[in-house]
Amino acid sequence: MKIAVCVKQVPDTWAEKRLRPADSLLDRESAEGVLNELDEYAVEEALKIQEAHGGEVTIVSMGPERAVETIRKALSMGADAGIHIVDDALSGSDALATSAVLAGVLKDRGFDLIIFGSESTDARMSVVPAMVSERLGLPQLTFAQKVDVNGGTITIERQTDYGFDSVEASSPVVVSVVEKINEPRYPSFKGIMAAKKKPLETLSVADAGVAAGSVGTGAAWSVVADFAARPPKAAGTIVNDEGAGGVKIAEFLATNKII
Amino acid sequence: MTMQVQDVFTLFSIDHLLSEEERAIQGVVRNFVDDQIRPYVADWFEEGTLPARELALELGKLGMLGMHLEGYGCAGMSGVAYGLAALEIEAGDSGLRSLMSVQGSLAMYAIHAFGSEEQRLEWLPRMATGEAIGCFGLTEPDFGSNPSGMRTTARRDGDDWVIDGSKIWITNGNVADVSIVWAQTEDGIRGFVAPTSTPGFQANLIHKKMSLRASITSELVFTSMRLPGDAMLPGVRGMKGPLSCLNEARFGIAFGALGAARDCLESATAYAINREQFDRPIAGFQLTQKKLVDMALELGKGMLLALHLGRLKDEHRVTPEQISLGKLNNARESLAIARECRSILGGNGISLEYPIIRHMNNLESVFTYEGTNEMHTLIIGQVLTGISAFR
Ligand SMILES: Cc1cc2nc3c(=O)[nH]c(=O)nc-3n(C[C@H](O)[C@H](O)[C@H](O)COP(=O)(O)OP(=O)(O)OC[C@H]3O[C@@H](n4cnc5c(N)ncnc54)[C@H](O)[C@@H]3O)c2cc1C
Repeated sequence: MKIAVCVKQVPDTWAEKRLRPADSLLDRESAEGVLNELDEYAVEEALKIQEAHGGEVTIVSMGPERAVETIRKALSMGADAGIHIVDDALSGSDALATSAVLAGVLKDRGFDLIIFGSESTDARMSVVPAMVSERLGLPQLTFAQKVDVNGGTITIERQTDYGFDSVEASSPVVVSVVEKINEPRYPSFKGIMAAKKKPLETLSVADAGVAAGSVGTGAAWSVVADFAARPPKAAGTIVNDEGAGGVKIAEFLATNKII
Repeated sequence: MTMQVQDVFTLFSIDHLLSEEERAIQGVVRNFVDDQIRPYVADWFEEGTLPARELALELGKLGMLGMHLEGYGCAGMSGVAYGLAALEIEAGDSGLRSLMSVQGSLAMYAIHAFGSEEQRLEWLPRMATGEAIGCFGLTEPDFGSNPSGMRTTARRDGDDWVIDGSKIWITNGNVADVSIVWAQTEDGIRGFVAPTSTPGFQANLIHKKMSLRASITSELVFTSMRLPGDAMLPGVRGMKGPLSCLNEARFGIAFGALGAARDCLESATAYAINREQFDRPIAGFQLTQKKLVDMALELGKGMLLALHLGRLKDEHRVTPEQISLGKLNNARESLAIARECRSILGGNGISLEYPIIRHMNNLESVFTYEGTNEMHTLIIGQVLTGISAFR
């Protein structure tokens, strides 16, 4: 089974994120870059499927120079090879452009399974997996909390508000996973050492078969017109409980139309 | 407005001195500690227990056990990488770092450096995965700082060795599968690889400790413990054996202790910024700021020293006296930092709800074991003056 996992480098989840005043883009230099958390689950799932069914796991990431660290983290968890799409033209790309580039790289490489995390912690759009599957004309098995591989049939449990839907398709397919699916492993020290020596392909936008003019800030379908910092939290009201605390809480909830 | 940098290592740009790989290793151990240690360690400390078996397997999976040794299932990492792993583990708890140090630097190192090929093949792969745990018996009730006077003896009986005596303060003693035992023979001090299942081997848990409570410490008693002829470590004779092992472990402590100190300082800084007295954060008082600054300086300097020793070690150029510099300074300053941090937390400083008193009490052991503060002082004093003040 040939598996691709698409991963993204994002600013550290816990760091304060800032937009650059000059172009309203996320300031990626101000915080440490990490492997998007849900993508770790995607890598873990790919490795588990590989352990059970054999095959090869390739990590695909589009991002600036230093995103290579993120690919290497996934390689140190145990993936076999990496593809890094890096190009100055890509800066400021929206989800449409990202999906076009990823689809351009993924097609014709014979992947049976393309796995994504279901969203990134920076943009939080959750649309790239669906867009890529649409562009590739592949079934989309998104928001999977469980993946079963049975020969060429892939079955997932799609997480819903009420429980899950069972969804099935024949490979090749695009899968996106949710946090519930597994517990990602820590890279082992041997894995970290081995990661340096694993094959890593570096591609440009042109290599992906996409015109440079159709990606980046200029080609984005949406732009950030303006932004402002969240206003500081207003001071709360402190009520001393002198026996009527419950009533006071009920009054508060009623005034605010919560009950 | 100037930027607020709470993290001391960031302030010193320590990352700048590390390779991407070294940072990756540090990151993995830090995540492991955050997920698997931090939530539980105060309870282990309070209860005076440690799930050593389970943890050894987890540490083994990461590659932490004997990580700086080559072959036999060991990860073969650099000295700096080993130091960084020790630092991050000790930021969790010195007891865990003790488990790792004793396993990797004392027991495994002894077998790796001085063992026969059979001894290495028998023990090292299983110790690297954490399936087998090791301990290291050097200290005796009457011989601590001066172990060369030890009374444990090993005498020949036909092809066998028969060992009698006792050891005290032995980390991992009650959970160990194998013990490295140092004993007097007709031929001087020799090391022995003793499975703890050997008749005549007995481990007694040491209770009433107020330090390293999340670590297992034991007394070992050997009563006519009979070992086969090939149980002796063939590669070394005399005090050079145990001392070379201690050198490895001391190097790890030079890094490790700083982890505990960093954790204290992080905790105390956050506390000082949030805690208000006299209508302002206590971090806004000059006395508190001076404490924080002095501690940040010592922590950063200690790290620079440790990294320098690490680079020397990786070039095979570090001397035992230089390792003494690191052990002495970093254990001493880390303990001082922990005590100062404790004062910043006021009453909360004595509670296990915060990591500080735990680190502080732990560091009292770190200050003493692997060569006391005084012994390292006198070793360096001898280097500076040419006069031994302790023998
Ligand atoms: C939690 C813990 C775990 C340990 N784990 C192990 C282990 O796994 N294996 C092992 O073999 N040992 C272990 N030890 C033992 C440790 O290495 C010894 O405690 C240490 O070497 C000091 O020996 P001592 O306790 O006998 O003190 P002593 O040697 O009696 O020293 C008492 C005091 O006298 C000072 N002193 C002694 N001689 C001189 C001198 N010549 N000049 C000036 N001052 C001097 C010392 O510095 C110290 O302050 C452990 C200890 C602890 C506390």
